[in-house]
This record gives sequence, C-alpha cells and structure tokens, in this order.
Amino acid sequence: MDIVGNVLPQVLKDEATEDKGEMARLQSFVGAIAVADLVKTTLGPKGMDKILKPTGPGQEMSHITVTNDGATILKSMYVENPAAKILIEISKTQDEEVGDGTTTVAVLAGELLREGEKLIQKRIHPQHVIAGWRIARDIALKRLRDISTENDINSQEFHDDLVKIARTTLSSKLITSDRDYFADLCVNAVLRLKGSSNLDYIQIIKLPGGTIRDSYLDDGFILKKQITIGCKRRIENAKILVANTAMDYDKIKIYGTKVKVNSMDKVAEIEAAEKEKMKHKVDKILKYQPTVFVNRQLIYNYPEQLLADAGITVIEHADFEGMERVAAATGAEILSTFDAPERSEQILGHCDLIEEIMIGEEKMIKFSGCKKNEACTIVLRGASTHILDEVDRSIHDALCVLITTVKNRRVVWGGGNSEMQMAAACEEEAKKVQGKQAFAIEAFAKALRQIPTIICDNGGYDSAELIQNFKVELQKGNITYGLNMTDGTIGNMSELGVKECLRVKEQALLAASEAAELIMRVDNIVKCAPRKRERA
Amino acid sequence: MSLAFDDYGRPYIILREQGSKKRMKGLEAYKSNILAAKAIANTLSSSLGPKGMDKMLVSPDGDVSVTNDGATIVEKMEIQHPTAKLLVELSQSQDAEIGDGTTGVVVLAGKLLEQALTLLDKGIHPLKISDGFDRACDVAIKHLETISEEIDIQANEHEALIQAACTALGSKVVSKRKRELGKIAVTAVLDVADLNRKDVNLDLIKIQTKTGGSVEDTRLISGILIDKDMSHPQMVKEVNDAKICLLTCPFEPPKPKTKHNINISSAEDYKKLYQQEQQYFVDMVKLVKDSGANIALCQWGFDDEANHLLLQNNLPAVRWVSGTDVELIAMATGARIIPRFQEITPEKLGKAGSVKEVQFGTSNERMLVIENCQCTKAVTILIRGGSQMIVDEAKRSIHDAICVIRNLIKDNRIVYGGGSAELACAIQVLQYADEVSSVEQYAIRSFADALEGIPSCLADNCGLNPITSVAQAKARQLQENNHRIGIDCMELGTTDMKEQRIYETLSSKKQQIQLATQVVKMILKIDDVIAPDDY
Repeated sequence: MDIVGNVLPQVLKDEATEDKGEMARLQSFVGAIAVADLVKTTLGPKGMDKILKPTGPGQEMSHITVTNDGATILKSMYVENPAAKILIEISKTQDEEVGDGTTTVAVLAGELLREGEKLIQKRIHPQHVIAGWRIARDIALKRLRDISTENDINSQEFHDDLVKIARTTLSSKLITSDRDYFADLCVNAVLRLKGSSNLDYIQIIKLPGGTIRDSYLDDGFILKKQITIGCKRRIENAKILVANTAMDYDKIKIYGTKVKVNSMDKVAEIEAAEKEKMKHKVDKILKYQPTVFVNRQLIYNYPEQLLADAGITVIEHADFEGMERVAAATGAEILSTFDAPERSEQILGHCDLIEEIMIGEEKMIKFSGCKKNEACTIVLRGASTHILDEVDRSIHDALCVLITTVKNRRVVWGGGNSEMQMAAACEEEAKKVQGKQAFAIEAFAKALRQIPTIICDNGGYDSAELIQNFKVELQKGNITYGLNMTDGTIGNMSELGVKECLRVKEQALLAASEAAELIMRVDNIVKCAPRKRERA
Repeated sequence: MSLAFDDYGRPYIILREQGSKKRMKGLEAYKSNILAAKAIANTLSSSLGPKGMDKMLVSPDGDVSVTNDGATIVEKMEIQHPTAKLLVELSQSQDAEIGDGTTGVVVLAGKLLEQALTLLDKGIHPLKISDGFDRACDVAIKHLETISEEIDIQANEHEALIQAACTALGSKVVSKRKRELGKIAVTAVLDVADLNRKDVNLDLIKIQTKTGGSVEDTRLISGILIDKDMSHPQMVKEVNDAKICLLTCPFEPPKPKTKHNINISSAEDYKKLYQQEQQYFVDMVKLVKDSGANIALCQWGFDDEANHLLLQNNLPAVRWVSGTDVELIAMATGARIIPRFQEITPEKLGKAGSVKEVQFGTSNERMLVIENCQCTKAVTILIRGGSQMIVDEAKRSIHDAICVIRNLIKDNRIVYGGGSAELACAIQVLQYADEVSSVEQYAIRSFADALEGIPSCLADNCGLNPITSVAQAKARQLQENNHRIGIDCMELGTTDMKEQRIYETLSSKKQQIQLATQVVKMILKIDDVIAPDDY
C-alpha cells in the first residue's frame, strides 16, 4: 500500500523482493562489512588462518582447506548478500591481476564502507561521499607513486628488493619461519624465467612426507612421469624429441572410412598394413636420431617396443602442460609430423642428463643441464596435504608478486608505511577542500589507516598507541618507518628490509575504492525470484 | 462477472473457466494499471541525472549487477505485471532506437500517468485525456525543433561530440573518467563513421571487457582484439607486416556434406588412403604458404598434424576464431574470407601492421591484437575495471555514449540538458492550453505539468529543493526569454546549460516525448483486464 492507502498492484514476481533507500543501503553495508570482518583477522604477519569445510551430504570431513589466503577464503564462501558478492569479486580480480593483496583489497573496501556509513548517518548524501572519495583516491595514488622507488633490473639492489618483497609476502603465511629460505627459492625461480611472465613454466610438485624445510628448487626440471619399462634409466647428453602424436592406433582421419573385407586373409593383410604404418612412423621418428622420445599421448606396446629396441628411452602420456614445459626447458619443438629429419638439429631438445629419481616414494624424471633452462620445478615437502596445499598457495602468491615486480619494478616500503603515507596525504588535502567532500576525504584516510591498525590488532599489540607513534615518526620525517611486527614497535623498514610491490598496492587501492563507490551508489536492491531447481 | 443470456433466457458463460479468472473493469482497471506503471517509474526516477543513484539487481541465479541504465534495470527486474511490462518495452525501444535516455523516457511516462490519474478523478474521459496528451505532444515536439541548435561536430577537435558523450556518461559510475572515456568513444565512432552518408555501423566497434586494472586503463585499440591465442605454443608471438589469410574451412581432411562411406577392402587401399590423408595436410599448408600469407586465422579447428606442419612452415595460426570476429577482421584488414583452400590467392589476403599476443595478469590469459590494419574500419575498446560488475557497467555506459555520438553524426541538432528543454516545452504547451476551448485543455495543461516533472526529479536527485529550483528556472526562462535555463545539478554556479555545456541530442529528446506519450495513450485505452487468478 502507498501512503494514501491505495492497494498497489503486484508488479514483480511472487518471490522477488525490492528494498529501497535506507533499507537497501543498510543491507549492502552490513553484507560488505561482514565479509571484510571475516577475512580481516588473516591480515598481516600475525594473522590467523581459516578452516574451510565443504557442506553437503557425505562430504563433511572429506576435503578440508586450511588457508590464510583471502581470495581462497572468499572464493569458497557461499554468500547471498549482493554487496558481499562484489567484495568477493574484487578479491578474485586482485588474485588474477597481481596474485597478492587479496585480503587487503576486501578489508579496505569494507573499511571504506564502514566510514561511509557513518557519513550517511550524518545526513551527507552518498554522491558527496563519492565525490570526496574520488579526490582522496587520486591524492593517495599520487602519493603512493611518489614514494615508490625503482631500481635497474640487473642491479644487485633490485635482486635484494625481490628477496625482501618475497619475504614480506611470505611472512603472513604458514611458512613464515622459513621465509628467508623460501624467499630465495622463489626469487631464483622467477629470475630463471628471464623476464617472461608465464607462470606455467614454474611447476610446483607437492609430495607429502619430510618437513617443509626439505622443499627445494630443482636446478633442472622435473617431469612427474615415469620412464617406460625396459628403457635406459639414465641418459647422458640426451637428444630429446617432444611429440604430440597418436602412437596407439593411428586412425584414418578421412571422414566416413570403413574397413570392409570379405575374407580372413584380408583381415590379416589390413592388420599388417596397420602395423607397417606404425612401423613407418617409428622409422621416421628414428631418422631424427633422438635418444629420448616424449609423447603427449599414450604409446602402445608395439611402437614402444620398436623404440626401445632402437635404444631410445620412451616417456609416454606427458600431458599438455608437461609437454610444453619439457619443450621450454630443453628448447625442443613440439612435433606432430615427422617428415623433415634434416631439421633435426633445430627440432631436438638437449640436456646434459636425464635420470629417474626418487623423491619421497615417487619416481620422477629429472632433466638437468637443459639447453634453454626456462622451465623449472619447485618440489614442496611437508607433513600433510593440507600443509602442502597452503604452502603451494603461499608460494604461488609470492611468485605472482615477484613476476609483477619484475614487470613493474617499482617498490614501496612495507609494514603499513604506504597506507600511513597515503592517509597523511589525504588528511593534508582534506584541510584544503571546501564543502562536505572534506569529510569523505578524511573518512578515506581513516579507512586506509585501518589497515596497519588491523595488522597491529592481529598481532595482539596496542594498536592505538602504535599507530599514533607511527604517525609521529612520519611527521618527523622518518619516511621509511613502519610497523615492526616481531617486537611490536615502530622500526625503520629499510633496516628490517620490509618491502612491497607498488603494483599490488596500486591495484588494491583502485579496486577497493571502485567497489566501495559502486556499492555506495546503490539506493535500490531488486532480487528476482530464485530459479526453481528440480531436485534430481 | 460476464454472464450472458441466450434467446431462451438461459445463462451461458463467455469466458472459459470463468471462476478461476480475475477481472477488473472501468475505473478500477485504469487505476490499477496506472499504479503499476507508476511503481516502475518511481523505481527509476532516482537514477535520473548526474547525481542519480544505481540499482543493484540480483538475478534468479544469484548473479549481481549494479547499473544506472534504465533499460537494463527494467529488463533485469523481471516484471510480471502486464501494464508495467509496457514500460519495460518502452525503455527497451528507446534503447534500440536511440541508445540513450532510457531512464528519462520511463520517468516521463510515469509523470504523465500521475497526471492522468488526477484527471480521471476529475471525471474526464480517458480518451479525452489521451487526445489532449497527443495534441500537447505535437506542440512540444514542434517547440523542441525550434529551440534546437545545429552544432558543428568538426569544430575544435570534435569538442561538441566529446561534451555530448560526457553528458551521457555523467550519470554513470565511470563519471570520474568521463572526459577520457568520452574521447575514446568519440574517436572510436569517428574512426568507423561514414561521414558522407552520415551513418555509423556500430558493429564495427567491438567492446571487449577484461577485469583487472582500473577504469582508467580502458583504451582504444585501432584494430581488433580477439580473445584467442596461437594454436601451437611455440609459434611466434608477434608478426609484423602481417598478411592475413582468413579461412572458414578447417585444417582437416574434407568432410563432404553428403553422407558417404569409403570402404577399405585391401591393404593397398589402406596405404593409399593414408598417403592421401597425409597429402591433404601438406597441400593445405602449402596453399596457404604459397599465397604469401604469414599468419592464418581460421574459424574452425586444426588437426594436430596440420598444426605442426604450420609451425614447421613458420606460419603462425589461430583456431576457433568466432564468426563475428572473422567478419570484423575481414573488414579491418581488407581480407576476403576464404571458404576453401583451393581459392587462396595473394589478392585475398588482408594486411595489418602487426599481430601480436598480449598477456594479462597472473592467470596466463592471452589475447591477440591486430593493429594498424590496412583499412582501419574497425576498432576495439578494451574496458578494464576492478571487478566484473564495474566492467559490465562501464560497457553499458560506453555503449550509451557511442549511441549519442552516432545520433549526433546522423543529425547534428542538439537541445540543452539539465531539464531546460522540458521546461521550455512545458511553457509552450501551457500557452497553447489556454487557446483550446474543449475538455482537452485540462489534459494539455497536465501534460505541461508532467514535463516539468523531469527537471523537478533532477533537482530532487541532486539534493536541491525541487519546487523552488524549478519555479526559479521557469521564471528566468520566461523573463529572459532564454530556453537554456535548467537545473544546476553539478553545482557549478550557473543555470545556463550552454555555459555548463550539457548537450543532449534532439532526436533522443523527441523520441522520449513521443514514445512516452504513446505508451501512456495505450495504457489509458485499457478498460478491462482479464487474467488468470493466480497471476
């Protein structure tokens, strides 16, 4: 009914709901802040982990994830609140774009909305809040870019930066105690890519058993496959042919063919022809004079035997990724036809040694001394699959950040330094702006300052005191100061070596403010009637 | 309900299953229809103007979209009321015809219906109301044409077009970057526009979205971006001075349409067939290579062997390129689409400055950029943004801006925004009303009131007092005889829309008033609604 008492006809579908004005806004604030609060305890080096348990019948305990990674937590959560979904979305994008800072971005957006809500309660129109945020965002971004530094890509300083960045990223994860070790490992792996940013070339093999410390970056390249029985287990100075071809039964690709025979003799003949065709193929392969043959598809007994007889080591059923990595590591070309043996030199890959090794209980093939050496392998060991999965995610985060840094090369100080500096810049600006927008700019500064505050709180320190002291240090001109989370004090980040990648911070700031703005602009939420699902 | 009697006095039922049907007649039907339509208009009215708010819509599958675009909002609301659906169609036809002003048209229709409701209460017949609205509409349209101004779209590096695009983008979430995005839209449209014929084929502007980065990273590619990568991981990632062979046949042995069987009955046949098969692949690649092409784009898939032969012949190739992309590439590079390998000739190849693979983010996603095409008749706008919702909304906003620019190229007459045009029309209609001696006078006067509803709604959304600001603007229009006085939504200190440079196209405004009047007339003609009870 409207105010006058007219009965309004039903316009939307039966189960659809429409919330307007205050109700709509309240709903989105509550949802977004709840999501931000949920992940905020994982922030920082003293952040805690979460257990994710799948729901549904029969899988209560089947697959549990223990993680500290914001994107993983948010992705696995089932939420209905639309504003919460937006936060999850930006966290995912952050993961795809830079790989780290996935918690920060959700928390920052949540804090912005928390401050925004206060402003709305003061009867400031959302559009004014947005106008202020936009000014603040530009100021913050400018300050962030101004305080970042850049080092030459080949210099020792840049290498040091990379190690420091990796260490900062890893310090909030499970492997924080071994972060120096893993930081070196990650940096070496990324440097092996030589500027290319294809993460597929860094393979991570997880093997339960041993301790985390036993993990290592292999100087060669490991393929998680086995050498076919009856072949040599160790090949020196190998010439490798990488192929993607059918080595089982070579079906005829011309459409509509059918074998139709009228006698047993003919069957035998066709069989022989088929066999001969395969033999022919093998002969062609042999002309390239490889010593190792890697195929993506299965290899049947017959060709396998032929190859083994010729003294060639056969590795079958290497999947697409494995094949591409072998090719990248050894500099081989991936073949599907075998009619140009004269190009053999360019086509074959080379490596000094191929051998079968045992890691834990599993047999694997190791290629060392590869020609191109672009692909590499990180072998992770750990007490349980849960630990391994989490270490895998942490290493992935670190690798992503490092690759982003190699591309962008600008770095900022960590330990909340950049957030505090941005907040300071916003506050300075707020003093100069006329109109209500100034409140929103201050709110933006507050939200930014919440990030180091939460990091302190998570560490169990007195955040109010630390943050105030932090502000004072910055005011004094000690612009490299930041939070020292091991001692619970304010320390010089250049001494502690805490650095972060500019691109990650930039993306987090941009994505969080965009999302907050998007949610702030909403004054009406229409939920359509949920689609009826028929239960099977 | 409807019960009739035959010649013998026996009752018979006219409607099948009459008992389970709901029926509304007369005034009750009018009012119910009007209220339903008004409910939609009310929802949209807060989205109008530069300070308008957005709506968050959750689809039946739980997907969230946030938008300010009227047509998208009403489409995703899943409205079931039959009269309210008329407003949905109204918004959509404005979208299809003009592309912009989809919110305005619904709000105007809502205001008209509101006026109609009071007229009905006065006891005026609905047809008289719609007649009056019709006459008023004619007067308003005529007046719009007299106050419209022709602008020089070429002047000042197309400044007028950029301003018009900015007006369209001003109400969206991307308004912060409206100038940059407006420029992108203008450049894109001008690149593909046929200025002699005054027409723009919007199919030539491809809008590709990719999450990540920020809206600022949105850019215009004077070429085509396709969401594909090279068919073989070891093919070269960049081809300069590309000669493109555009194929719509697969790199596979031919598959005739007629059903056929090849029967193999001897080993010789088998061997022959094998050789023939091998020959097919060699021939195919050779035909492409011989034509001088250095990159092949194919609508279909490749066989592994063909794929490798392409690599061996140093011929990078892309498979599964979508049909629309193939057409776009053909237009941009001047390539002819080749349906059979035998028909490849050097003249049919397209030319482009470079074709290269670019990578985004950490998830190893790659896209192919074709740049510096021979005849740059196709462009791509690559939209970036922090999340899927932002990117989607930016896409809709840029689409609106592109439509506005196209309309200006078609017809370079503009009127001023900020509610000034509506106010000017309202004044004119009001004058005309006094000259009409019949009952329609009331309807015509109400039409003027409804037109005033637009600036009042704008003022309301901007936090201004709607009554005083509209009254002031109207008084100034009359005193100064200046039809450009509107509502100062952006708080720039002037109400002259020419100074604020708020341009709207004449065609859009005309269409808005006409469409809204039509729909209102249609709703006013319904006097009987019969529907199933549970509807």
